[in-house]
Amino acid sequence: MNSHFLKSKTLWICVALVAVLGLIGAVLLMWRPPIAPIERPTTFDAAQLQRGARVVEAGDCAVCHTRPGGEYLAGGLPLVTPFGTLFSTNITPDAQTGIGLWSMPAFERAMRQGIARDGHFLYPAFPYVHYRRMSEADIADAYAYLMSGPAVHAPAKQNRMNFPMNIRPLVSFWNLLYLHGEPPTPVAQRSEAWNRGRYLVDGPGHCAGCHSPLNLIGAEKSSEYLQGGSVDGWQAPALVGLGQRDNPWSREQLVGYLRADIVDGHGTPAGPMRPVSLSLARLPASEAEAIAEFLLSLESPHTVTQTPSKTPASEPADHATGALLFNGACAGCHGPAAPMRVIDGRPGLQSTSALQAASPRNFLKTVLEGLPATPGSPGPMMPAFAASLDNAQLGALAAYLRQQARPDQPWAELSSTIEALRQETK
Amino acid sequence: MSQIILNVNGAVQPLELEPDMPLLYALRNHLNLNGAKYGCGFGQCGACTVIVDDQPVFACLTPCAGLDGKKIRTVESLGSAEKPGPLQAAFIEKQAAQCGYCIAGMLMRAQALLERNRHPDETTIREHMAGNLCRCGTHLRIIEAIKQVAGQNGSLT
Repeated sequence: MNSHFLKSKTLWICVALVAVLGLIGAVLLMWRPPIAPIERPTTFDAAQLQRGARVVEAGDCAVCHTRPGGEYLAGGLPLVTPFGTLFSTNITPDAQTGIGLWSMPAFERAMRQGIARDGHFLYPAFPYVHYRRMSEADIADAYAYLMSGPAVHAPAKQNRMNFPMNIRPLVSFWNLLYLHGEPPTPVAQRSEAWNRGRYLVDGPGHCAGCHSPLNLIGAEKSSEYLQGGSVDGWQAPALVGLGQRDNPWSREQLVGYLRADIVDGHGTPAGPMRPVSLSLARLPASEAEAIAEFLLSLESPHTVTQTPSKTPASEPADHATGALLFNGACAGCHGPAAPMRVIDGRPGLQSTSALQAASPRNFLKTVLEGLPATPGSPGPMMPAFAASLDNAQLGALAAYLRQQARPDQPWAELSSTIEALRQETK
Repeated sequence: MSQIILNVNGAVQPLELEPDMPLLYALRNHLNLNGAKYGCGFGQCGACTVIVDDQPVFACLTPCAGLDGKKIRTVESLGSAEKPGPLQAAFIEKQAAQCGYCIAGMLMRAQALLERNRHPDETTIREHMAGNLCRCGTHLRIIEAIKQVAGQNGSLT
């Protein structure tokens, strides 16, 4: 009786001790102190602002932090994730709704650890796992540039995250697993451009955010670094083995593509890559050249260039209809005799990356959504065909053009992919 | 040649056509509906805009094959010179046309917006109309006309 009582008492003490330790651990893990607010700085160094503008461009800040038709960097763009919908926040120096009260240490903590000034955890859709690899100078320059801009009053929109990811402190467990990496040390055997390219790709450019596959909890699979992912229904192609593929990229082609040019043999960036390439085009050409040098040095771990589609025979393709549709809808710009081919560099479609890719997604997305005009630029602009072509026509067109581009490898599962994309774009 | 049945402005029209023929030529050359205009032929200017079901499309890039069962509407469906529809009346009142070549397309694109969203704000109107160009530069008057109808209630036809 007595020993039983003693035992249970010891047990209770142990349980209490574990609970207290657990509580301390949880607090240490999930609580971050706020950083004192500051008066927004008012004087800036002109050279630093210029450098900061370039860092903000290289980091693609505006691509997510500006919504279509919204004020520059004032946030509000919805980001649809498997865990719910997030809205990008206001990073203009507005004291109430932006980052006007943020000191440089607060900004740097956000960039490197994903913690807001007031101590709340930011969601990893904000690529702090990459930004933490940026140099201190770049972060300071970006800070100066952001703080110097016009303050826009734009309160954050309410996120619609699903349980349990609507509980922000849980991000701390994610961070425990994935928050590592620091500014890269230059590789002496490599050129300056290569090292710069690696820095841009892994740091500010956060290319792996889209171009690496994500695991179940939305983290990049480091074992499949830059081996291709997906974003907003588009295929973000593998960036390894670019020089060794069936339709290989030359350095010149890659530099042009990265700067939003129309590149003979590959086409021009569409979808989510378009704003990224337009950002790069505003930077000195040496930046895109550095990225190209680094990317072209990455070899594919697979020797096979493309995985052939598995069930080519499952969908009998109607190439006659496809050819008719091409003549009626596409040939004006993309036909062999189209004046636009000569005057304005519209690509012959066979060799474009979209038609050469193993998946039809990027081709279909481009046809459905078109290529929006770029303000201030004469082109290219491609109209959206979502309302002009029905699913059967789209399928026939895709099958016909794929037949021209890759007669040996017809696309499988065309109609189901089209159905899925139509649902997504509704 | 094959037989293609087009439903245009509520009338069913069986036609003998090459199936890759863009809808624009069928409308103009076979049905004498000359409202929609040929501008660029590349879907870059919008002069050929008509409504298919409830969406504005470039008729110059929409093949006739596959329009089976869809309801096509052209500017002729909005009203006539004697009895213009509300949007047409607003275009006249605001003197939105200079040479007039783009106006049929402008009307149809604006009509599609107003049918979906009866009271769009100016930003929405501008974004929606961005695909249609006017070489005379009367965009501001066109927007004024659309705003006028957007500010009213009542039927659009």
